[in-house]
Amino acid sequence: MNGVHDMGGMDGFGKVEREANEPVFHGAWEGRVMALSRAIGASGAWNIDQGRFGIEMLPPEIYLRSSYYQRWFLRMERMLLDRGLVEAEEVAAGRATHPGKPLPRGKLTEAGLERVMRRGDFGRPPPAPARFKPGDRVRARNIHPKSHTRLPRYVRGHVGVVERLHGAHVFPDAIVLGMGEDPQWLYTVVFDGRDLWGEESDPTLSVSIEAFEPYLDNA
Amino acid sequence: MAEHEHDHDHDHDHGSDLSETEIRVRALESILVAKGYVDSAALDRIVEAYETRIGPHIGARAVARAWTDPGFHKALLEDATEAVSALVQERRVGEHLVAVANTPATHNMIVCTLCSCYPWDVLGLPPVWYKSFAYRSRAVKEPRAVLADFGIAVPAGTAIRVWDSTAETRFMVVPMRPAGTEGWSEERLARLVTRDSMVGTGLPLSPGEVPR
Repeated sequence: MNGVHDMGGMDGFGKVEREANEPVFHGAWEGRVMALSRAIGASGAWNIDQGRFGIEMLPPEIYLRSSYYQRWFLRMERMLLDRGLVEAEEVAAGRATHPGKPLPRGKLTEAGLERVMRRGDFGRPPPAPARFKPGDRVRARNIHPKSHTRLPRYVRGHVGVVERLHGAHVFPDAIVLGMGEDPQWLYTVVFDGRDLWGEESDPTLSVSIEAFEPYLDNA
Repeated sequence: MAEHEHDHDHDHDHGSDLSETEIRVRALESILVAKGYVDSAALDRIVEAYETRIGPHIGARAVARAWTDPGFHKALLEDATEAVSALVQERRVGEHLVAVANTPATHNMIVCTLCSCYPWDVLGLPPVWYKSFAYRSRAVKEPRAVLADFGIAVPAGTAIRVWDSTAETRFMVVPMRPAGTEGWSEERLARLVTRDSMVGTGLPLSPGEVPR
């Protein structure tokens, strides 16, 4: 979706402010939100792509004025409600009033921590030979799905060059639509800064994205 | 969704003035515990891992090894997941980790314009600036201006390559080894390797900046 989350190339957000000696969390609640999200994810309530889409669907004014872990919290609350795992009256009351429902992979306990502390493997057997090879010129498709996609707006319609192949990976656009993993080849595609940003661009700049095969056409 | 009543002058990216959020987070955790969805002890362990064990010292070890061992340098660039997992034996790092090396010709920078993808396994949780709208919006368009915000000037003759982490591949930068570190041990070299230098928004410390 063409949401506010798709920020590459936008202006007006000001300087990048680096905090010296930044703590891992700026308050204990941030750590709880991070851990709750990991634990709920590990229990199979939703997957990583559905979770990202959950944040993208926050109303833009909420997205923009919330801090990072506030967005995570609002996403989690929304998705628990949407899936019927938590009732609105429970959120309003601040306590559980109904028994829990079964979770696809069960509750994460200390014994299962290894599973959540190691990042998942998103590689899958390729469904077909790769359509492109390193050096091929490709055009990022001019698509504007209303649903989740990982093709940022700033490259759409532009020509780049395939640099690397990463094998086939779970396709976020499909899994969020409930169409299963639908593995697709994943490529690093490099764009010249001037192609993306015009003649005023830094002439030494190149930008790459990680592009799933359905995002690309021959150029 | 509840509207926040308080003043919004402050910078939310820094997460201050959040008593309402704190209360809601506590309430949700208690609901999820009561419904049998989460286990508080497991949550404690996850928080603890990112506060104490998983951080940029892991990536720094890999960079220092790469600086001293050409075979490891090659292996790291070919398959960072395998190379770092072999180095950090207590814990295998996640799949699809890609290390990219800075050279006099090219300076690499990592960003995630769409969300906040970051190589947690080797750098820990991302700092606030990495997740900020300013960094996400500007890194792909005006990286030298972003580097100036960090006090870094990359020579005009060095090309800038920005890697937007739009899939499950995760990137880390292998910065160039500072001059004047000949003969240093791997452990001492690792102290030069900052988190920002592995994201591409910083350079390693210079030899005088670390104690002997």
